[in-house]
Amino acid sequence: MIIFDLLNYWVVIILMMIGFFIVISRGNLVKKIIGLNIFQVSVFIFYISVGNVRGGTAPIFLEGATLYSNPLPHVLILTAIVVGIATTALALSLVIRIKASYGTIEETEILEQDKQ
Amino acid sequence: MISHLPILQVIIPLLGAPACLLLGKARLSWIFATVVALITFIISVLLLIQVNEQGTISYMLGGWEAPWGIEYRIDYLNAFVLAIISAVGTLTLIAANDGIKKEIDEARQPLFYVSFLLCFAGLLGITATGDAFNVFVFLEISSLSMYTIIALGKDRRALWASYQYLIVGTIGATFILVGIGLMYSMTGTLNMVDLAERLPPVAESKSVLASYAFIFVGVSLKLALFPLHFWLPNAYTFSPGIVTAFLAATATKVAVYLLIRFDFGVFEMSSPEVKQTINRLFITLGIAATLIASWTAIKQSDIKRMLAYSSVAQIGYMIIGIGLDSSSGVQASVLHLFNHALMKGGLFLVLVAIALQLGSTQLKDLQGIAKRMPWTFFGFVLGGLSLIGVPLTAGFISKWYLVSAAAEQEQWYIIAFVLIGSLLAVAYIWRVVEVAWFKSADSEIANQQQQTMPEKIPLLLLIPLWILILSNIYFGIDARFPIYFSQQAANLFFGGL
Repeated sequence: MIIFDLLNYWVVIILMMIGFFIVISRGNLVKKIIGLNIFQVSVFIFYISVGNVRGGTAPIFLEGATLYSNPLPHVLILTAIVVGIATTALALSLVIRIKASYGTIEETEILEQDKQ
Repeated sequence: MISHLPILQVIIPLLGAPACLLLGKARLSWIFATVVALITFIISVLLLIQVNEQGTISYMLGGWEAPWGIEYRIDYLNAFVLAIISAVGTLTLIAANDGIKKEIDEARQPLFYVSFLLCFAGLLGITATGDAFNVFVFLEISSLSMYTIIALGKDRRALWASYQYLIVGTIGATFILVGIGLMYSMTGTLNMVDLAERLPPVAESKSVLASYAFIFVGVSLKLALFPLHFWLPNAYTFSPGIVTAFLAATATKVAVYLLIRFDFGVFEMSSPEVKQTINRLFITLGIAATLIASWTAIKQSDIKRMLAYSSVAQIGYMIIGIGLDSSSGVQASVLHLFNHALMKGGLFLVLVAIALQLGSTQLKDLQGIAKRMPWTFFGFVLGGLSLIGVPLTAGFISKWYLVSAAAEQEQWYIIAFVLIGSLLAVAYIWRVVEVAWFKSADSEIANQQQQTMPEKIPLLLLIPLWILILSNIYFGIDARFPIYFSQQAANLFFGGL
């Protein structure tokens, strides 16, 4: 079954689309950030899946193990996770300041206030 | 020491940022940041000379050999772009102390310099590195600090603009990340040169095409390619004036560089048809950007916003050059990249000076301003002429190269559209000139001007302003330097000569 063979990648695509959809469709600024997080997490899973070698063990030196998963994508994605956290923190702090100066975190209401 | 220049280029501003945080005092941080930027500029000039003498420099980070370690690879193209970024960065930082006085509280000013230096380091890093994943890391360093400095604007809309840019920018960067991941899964390498060798054998694969698409869309979001430009006008309008001058001259340029690098230096399409479709897409989007954004610019009531739309239009020209997919096309793009940095850097600094005096960049407040600040406004006119592409200005040179590149391929309609775009530029620049020069201020606005125009424009703002504006004229008359380097850069990808 091709679906089960590539299960990880299906999960990646579904998560990515869910996240992307939330970012586009939700007007609430915090929900947008949540969508952005789901979107980014899907990419993390993608990288981790790329690094997997069928039948390989974790890339730690083990007696008797000959086949290891590729550790490089895992290391790369550690960086991306850190970046993701920084982005989320910055976005949330922006939302706090937006709330303080606009009194709302709904996109439509902000745009309305800006028009005046 | 001299062999470590490529890494020093990036690491000095990167370490300068936290050091700046420790200083704590606004004035002190400003002096420190300016010195750091100046050192970076000197390094970039040395790199440029070194590249010109010895050809491409390859620097292995930590002595790990490429393609296993991270490689910094400086060739004609990125040495040139590094020089542009560090020059404009230094000039805007010199002007920054006076420029942000009215816009940012003194308590926050040191933090402004910290973010500015981080952003500066990020942009230099993207340009210097030869490693695809490293590009992503530096892209995020520059983007995150960019969101911060945009949010420092006085207007509360700056917050909203910054948030919008954050969402768009993160999606763009994540797209690039997906693209890099797909490339890695196909080739097992992240080094750009290595990728360029290993991608052609698997070029048929859908994964490679998908990775190209992801990277193309991601970079286009960053460089505000029409129709993905919607974040840019807000971000430019509401951020502090100095930040706009810096971003307009550097951030989108780095993204254009990245597009050139990935398009010509990394990917190779499986068939000429695919390549042709992509080129046609570039040209169509470039033309659309030029026409629609210029048209929108004419209708703006805020000059800062007008110039922001004009930036989108000018990026269109660079994309057309890339879409021509020839040595002269890429040369035109790189030339325009250089010239546009000069014009927009200069013009936005003029706006900083005007905002400092008037407290506004609204068109209606500018009535009769030419009589009150004749020199500053003369600077605006010179910058505007260059933007239009009048002969003897830098803008003319790059448009001339673009037009000749199009003529080489007998794509006459491109020439027609470039001309129409320039005419639209005449229209929006003229609107400002008309109001400022020929309309005398009505009494209310004159009163207002009287009150808000107390002192002279600070010298440290005027010097960088005039350096940038006059270089538009200088490089319009003696363009040997940018022409030589842009040609060498184009030769990297198309061989020849």
